[in-house]
Amino acid sequence: MADGNTHVAGKSFYEEGTTKKSTGITSWLFSTDHKRIGLMYLVTITAFFFVGALFGVLMRLELMAPGETIMGAQEYNTLFTLHGVIMIFLFIIPGIPAIFGNFFLPLQLGAKDVAFPRLNLLSYWIYLIGSVLVILSLFMQGGPIDTGWTFYVPYSVRTTTSVSLPLFAAFVLGFSSILTGLNFIVTIHRMRAPGMNFFRMPLFVWSTYATAWIQVIATPVVGITILLVIIERSFGVGIFDPALGGDPILFQHLFWIYSHPAVYIMILPAMGVVSEIIPTFSRRTIFGYTPIAMSSLAIAFVGYLVWAHHMFTSGMSDTSRVIFSLLTYIVALPSGVKVFNWVATMYKGSIDPKPPFLWVMSFVFLFSIGGLTGLVLGSITADIHVHDTYFVVSHFHYVMFGGTGTIVFAAMYYWFPKMFGKMYNIKWANINALFYIIAFNVLYFPKFIMGYQGMPRRYYDYLPEFADLQMLSTIGSWIMFATLVSIFLNLFLAIKKGKKAHNNPWGGVTLEWQTSSPPPLLNFDREITVNHEPYDFSQLKELDYESK
Amino acid sequence: MSQSNGAVVNHVHRDDFGAKLGMWVFLFTEVLLFGGMFLVYAVYRFQFPDLFKLAALELNTGLGTFNTIVLLTSSLTMVLAIVAIQKNKKNLSLFYLASTIGFALVFMVVKYFEWSAKFSHGIYPGSEELLNRQNGEILFFGLYFVMTGLHAFHVIIGVIIIAFLMVFVYKNKIVHDNYVKLENGGLYWHLVDLIWIFLFPLFYLIH
Repeated sequence: MADGNTHVAGKSFYEEGTTKKSTGITSWLFSTDHKRIGLMYLVTITAFFFVGALFGVLMRLELMAPGETIMGAQEYNTLFTLHGVIMIFLFIIPGIPAIFGNFFLPLQLGAKDVAFPRLNLLSYWIYLIGSVLVILSLFMQGGPIDTGWTFYVPYSVRTTTSVSLPLFAAFVLGFSSILTGLNFIVTIHRMRAPGMNFFRMPLFVWSTYATAWIQVIATPVVGITILLVIIERSFGVGIFDPALGGDPILFQHLFWIYSHPAVYIMILPAMGVVSEIIPTFSRRTIFGYTPIAMSSLAIAFVGYLVWAHHMFTSGMSDTSRVIFSLLTYIVALPSGVKVFNWVATMYKGSIDPKPPFLWVMSFVFLFSIGGLTGLVLGSITADIHVHDTYFVVSHFHYVMFGGTGTIVFAAMYYWFPKMFGKMYNIKWANINALFYIIAFNVLYFPKFIMGYQGMPRRYYDYLPEFADLQMLSTIGSWIMFATLVSIFLNLFLAIKKGKKAHNNPWGGVTLEWQTSSPPPLLNFDREITVNHEPYDFSQLKELDYESK
Repeated sequence: MSQSNGAVVNHVHRDDFGAKLGMWVFLFTEVLLFGGMFLVYAVYRFQFPDLFKLAALELNTGLGTFNTIVLLTSSLTMVLAIVAIQKNKKNLSLFYLASTIGFALVFMVVKYFEWSAKFSHGIYPGSEELLNRQNGEILFFGLYFVMTGLHAFHVIIGVIIIAFLMVFVYKNKIVHDNYVKLENGGLYWHLVDLIWIFLFPLFYLIH
């Protein structure tokens, strides 16, 4: 059935495209193949990730010593805004769904492509246009945006910097996100291989499904909010202007109605990847498949009802604050369900600590710190003390970078052999994981302490008593950046001259491991029928697995 | 073995149900887009009930009613265009699609006269006349221009979509046994209609 030799005979999707010519830049830019589109996202998103990371390093450099070090207040305001906008809208929201979702969703479903391949290409183009608009806005009259990535009114309406264009860019990027989500929903409903019912879908598919619904439901609300700010800047309608009867707090509500669910757009696909990697490297079926699948939907649902916990100090009735605080605690429960099930999966498993698994362990560690400090922020009294301090910044980076960011690397290490048909240097990858977790904690943990001591966020200067911890954090940023470059080099060299990878190097049993590496244009060389549960390792014997 | 021989692979995948499912999900996002606006409207109506009533008196209910009838009729012609193509009557379908565009343009022209009448009375966002009024009225007209403007934008998009559909019908890309594109265009057009059905009472009728 599935022995390696028959696959080698077929052409991979690199050699065969959907366009007339199968090589050259146009064969990529106009390709409707989900795998090529996924790789195009990979290239673009990686580029923006390094730009965003560079801005982060520059901010840390400014904060190395008290007073003005390398830039003034205005440049600093611009940098933290751009760091936020790039990392949020261009890296972490599209990150896992657009790269790995596009590449692996159809493969895991046993489908030939997504439901709407041309719409998929359009999503990429819209993403590209949005990102170009972000870059263009840097050179507009008035200078780059300095509002922070949350675009709070009234400042975003009053500032003379170029706000409307980056806002419009965020609107455009939202459109891309909606179309990707829509495509995935229809793909999951309509393109599953025969025999693959909903409860035989891999958990990455489940989490992508929940994510897609959030993308579809939440993004239009921020879309209209952003449009209203642009309209407000251009025409002065007064919807957010108290002088004309409007209410700036209403902006915060509308903004967070999207942007809180958006953090689940960021984290849910990452949790899906974790649910793939842990069974594969524990050689054990996932513990609690249904609870994990359902907890994704629960997170997506409850995630809608917690937005006002961003606004505990903005002026709200005590009743609503208590309710939103309670709901915030409740949303932690499904995440807890996942973590316990992951741990139970590893129990008595035959654990093989390859790089993807090590990165997932880093995730569990960092994300737990991020999650637990989230509870500190969720309780009203504690939040009022640490509101708008480094504590929030640190919590956010632990869950977003330590959570989703770490999993972007884990997913990369896990699926890299399938995507490129090459294997990277495993020892190098392990060392990178070690340096990553050290750098991460040196960079961000001091911020918890500084935040607790009252260091406010978004300041380019600080009191002398914070100097030591700020210095420590800055040193962490250098180790981090070096590690990121090292990760990139390892993978880049592997693409160039890595060893050829086996079709199933890790012993995975989901469908993407049952085709060649890299897969052929139509994903499989045979018709797929599914008669197993997704993590049934008893089928590993009959599969083409390279055991050592 | 690879299933394809040539360099260009046409894996034809037709799934009408899937296409319509996608369209419904898209319409869902449209409802939520306008939902944000309706939420803002609800908040300010609750805050300034009397001033909203006062301001609403200045809108021309007659023209609003006329436009409602026009838009409802255009939805009817849209449905008739689909029925015509199902019965394999290409020219009839083209006629109905053209009438839908015609009604849409009538709607836009009436809208144009309504807006320019307001402008000539000095009522537009940021105008001196409007800024001298009370807050609730400023917000009412602000919302009126934003929401009907956003709706009008959707009407224009709809006209472009229907124009493309006419080309597809003309070139036999949409035929009696493959007309899901037309149905999806129709769904979009009904949504535009439906949103107006809510805008009309909220701005013109509730006094």
